[in-house]
Amino acid sequence: MTPVYKLSANSVKNGRTVYGSMLAGNTAFIATSFESIATTTVDSYGSSSVTFSSIPATYSHLQVRAINRKTGGTWGQTRLTVNSDTGNNYANHMLYGDGSSAASGNNGFPINWISGGVETGTTQSASVFGSYVIDILDYANTNKYKTTRSLGGGDNNGSGYCWFSSGVWMNTNAITSITLTPENNNYAQYSHFALYGIKGAA
Amino acid sequence: MPATYEPIATTTLGSTTASVTFSSISGAYTDLVLVCGSLAYVTGDDDAFVRFNSDTGTNYSWTQLNGTGSTTTSNRGTSTSGIRSINGMSTTDKGTAIINIQNYANTTTYKTTVSRHSTSFAGAFVGVWRNTAAITSVTVINLGAGGFASNSTFTLYGVKAA
Repeated sequence: MTPVYKLSANSVKNGRTVYGSMLAGNTAFIATSFESIATTTVDSYGSSSVTFSSIPATYSHLQVRAINRKTGGTWGQTRLTVNSDTGNNYANHMLYGDGSSAASGNNGFPINWISGGVETGTTQSASVFGSYVIDILDYANTNKYKTTRSLGGGDNNGSGYCWFSSGVWMNTNAITSITLTPENNNYAQYSHFALYGIKGAA
Repeated sequence: MPATYEPIATTTLGSTTASVTFSSISGAYTDLVLVCGSLAYVTGDDDAFVRFNSDTGTNYSWTQLNGTGSTTTSNRGTSTSGIRSINGMSTTDKGTAIINIQNYANTTTYKTTVSRHSTSFAGAFVGVWRNTAAITSVTVINLGAGGFASNSTFTLYGVKAA
């Protein structure tokens, strides 16, 4: 193989460096299909909502991974809206268990939010956070409504919810922003929200 | 610098094994995802639990949602010695499970898991470990008779937020 030469600031003094690899001593760049887009951690002041904006259309799907707790109240549902749309353009269904029975329901139709997952409040023990993973499929496709699914829950050693939900935003626009809002009160300190992009094949 | 979503370790059982532990987990990621595949028990019909940092105390609890194909149920365990994360496996019913362990390295919150599984049931679990310590080891254990059968697989992934 033809040698690879790398010139650097030290080359004048020490001469060029010869490598047998095109990487020339650099770390290989490996394209990934699951990328971190943005992360928010709530500080001690709390937060009324969390928004991820300017989401590029370069992925196939989005995933939100979060832990969350409210500054008051009890168990609740995180509310997901997109593109600042606060109209009754959403619908959702859920299947959940509370430790004694399983149930299915919805929050009315149409409605102005999607059920994203379970959040805890100050009625639950300190340090107990709800957790969820939301998948937003084909978020940039402009030919169909946008569908979400989520798995989440919270457990307080004697009470809790295990939660599946699905939702739809009845709009064909590409999603460029996502807002998560607690059912009441604010998000408490240490609540953590991370948005990821999942790529399809080129 | 770790990739956003990368495998940390994989174990494929070559023989019957009661538990599998991933240890020395670095705090370089945001979440952990444990994928269990082709799980089967050697005898009976028991459940798999996860434990953290070798804590065998009753510092865990969980809530379950299950569908059997004809009915849905929910139950829970309080002050248990692990988070129940897979059920419905037997010597013939193999199972899969994906267990999300989120914000495992922070030292301010209890650690919550959310998981889904497919065995002879379809369902999910949420669980909590009442400890604010960073998780540095994860153990999957069959607390019943027998153990995990040969060829059961366990892969731990790390997910890194920006």
